[in-house]
Amino acid sequence: MPSYTEEIAVPVSARDISPATVANKRLDPRTLGVTFPRVVHSEWVKFSSLRSNWMTLLLTAVGILVFGAIYSAVYTPEDDYDLFSNPITVPLTGYVLAQIIIGIVGVLAFSSEFVNGMIRSTFAAVPKRLPVLGAKALVLAVTTAAITVPTMIGTFFIGQALIGGDNASLTDHGVLRVVLGSAGYLTSVALLGLGLGAVVRQAASAIGIIVVLLFLAPQLAGFLLPASIQDSLLKYLPSNAGEAFTTVNPGATLLSPLMGAVVLTGWVVVTLGFAAFLLKRRDA
Amino acid sequence: MIIVETITKRYGDIVAVDSLSFTVQPGVITGFLGPNGAGKSTTMRMIMGLDSATSGHATINGKSLADHRAPLHEVGALLEARAIHPDRSAFDHLSAMAATNGIPTQRVHEVLDQVGLASVAKKRTGAFSLGMGQRLGIAGALLGDPNIIILDEPVNGLDPEGIVWIRTLLKDLADQGRTVFVSSHLISEMGLMAEHLIVIGKGRLIADTTVAELRRMDGDNSVEVDTPNPQALTQVLLEDGVSIDTIGEPYVLRVRGLLAAEIGDRALAAGIPVHSLIPRESSLEQAFMKLTRDAIEYQPVAV
Repeated sequence: MPSYTEEIAVPVSARDISPATVANKRLDPRTLGVTFPRVVHSEWVKFSSLRSNWMTLLLTAVGILVFGAIYSAVYTPEDDYDLFSNPITVPLTGYVLAQIIIGIVGVLAFSSEFVNGMIRSTFAAVPKRLPVLGAKALVLAVTTAAITVPTMIGTFFIGQALIGGDNASLTDHGVLRVVLGSAGYLTSVALLGLGLGAVVRQAASAIGIIVVLLFLAPQLAGFLLPASIQDSLLKYLPSNAGEAFTTVNPGATLLSPLMGAVVLTGWVVVTLGFAAFLLKRRDA
Repeated sequence: MIIVETITKRYGDIVAVDSLSFTVQPGVITGFLGPNGAGKSTTMRMIMGLDSATSGHATINGKSLADHRAPLHEVGALLEARAIHPDRSAFDHLSAMAATNGIPTQRVHEVLDQVGLASVAKKRTGAFSLGMGQRLGIAGALLGDPNIIILDEPVNGLDPEGIVWIRTLLKDLADQGRTVFVSSHLISEMGLMAEHLIVIGKGRLIADTTVAELRRMDGDNSVEVDTPNPQALTQVLLEDGVSIDTIGEPYVLRVRGLLAAEIGDRALAAGIPVHSLIPRESSLEQAFMKLTRDAIEYQPVAV
């Protein structure tokens, strides 16, 4: 390897260098240095070397497919409120359950380093710190999208086959948006988890926040807030913002698909931004 | 070279490190010594830029670590044993670290060889013993072929063979002209390993000295003399600045203020038989405890 040479002259004391030790071989400092692609490579090694990540993502994909197939198999048009919407979204309903698992994968990608102390090795290697957050986000987003996009498309087709009758097609109005949007929603949830993991540093607390934010907040707000405020506030919660682009015809209580995507992206950006701020400020 | 300048770390009202200044020179092993809780680990983390200093600063080869292009090539650190994801293999752990700085994979194999973990490189580190975890941490510190090595309590959890191994390794690294900074709360270990010593207590510098000086520092050196005729010997030896006690066995004297050679010469001149002459240098432990005890007495209680 050209980047690696023995006995590159390095200023050392006048003492003899004992020839037997491996440490004698010197790395060529000109080839060394932190770059963003290198940090991404490092984070990819970290993510991909944990079998639990692959098992979890695989189980998520299988879960989405199986639940989608079950929903589709028991679906009857009589249950319908909206003929244009349900045959499409029914097979994709599994993503609602998948989001919690994906969120946990995101949380663990950062919080585990704080829990086991690995973060100190990481920041000793990349003392500017922020490239680590960027690289983790990139690796997580690409991996999650690479798994959820084909899963959602596959689930859509399996679901349509099981529902039978007048099949919806990917080219129908809004259908591709809903199918890809579901994958995009899950990817956003993974990033939300990543940011929360970096902010809270403890997996249990971060996962708790995810559950509250995605599942409980819409319910609780329904109990606690006056109806007038509910309507204007609830649609900005991440889960409801997501629903705006994962349904074919979002109703009046939801944002438009585009606004939904913007708001959810806002949640992700603010969370990761806060994580970045704290990563720079706090002791590791 | 590591330069620490009036560095202070406060956690609320507690002062963990109190305007500490010292320099760690290349070419020798510098021991960083102090009782548990003295602030050694906090200081090391501040040098590494992991903890921010409340005031003051530390530099590595003239800059803070974040300003170096290839941090792992400047300084390798072992700050915590087992700071590894338990489900990741040693090879994957080091590969991830190496990737950040563009260190070739070949170097990962080398350091695994060097610390004796090559045969378990693909095993999950959760199954490692504490000693193996330490070795992996040391491999991580050597990974970037750095000119500065910082190790926090590296002998913890190592078996005797491992301790000898790390002593030899660190001496080699220092002999190659590298800066080696090793913390310990055990003066006995430092006495065998280090040449220079930075001693702190309650976050303050107590001594910046050499092991040899520390040995001399304690004035309580004495010579034990075993003689069948203690009265006669006492008469020959007693003068200003010399004190003699009878200890233990009836014929053993403890003499302070004279060297063993002087005692032997005078006994010979006087024709008094001497059966043994044992110089008793105060141990490093005693010197260290005296040093830290004295220093701690001057410390105000944290307000």
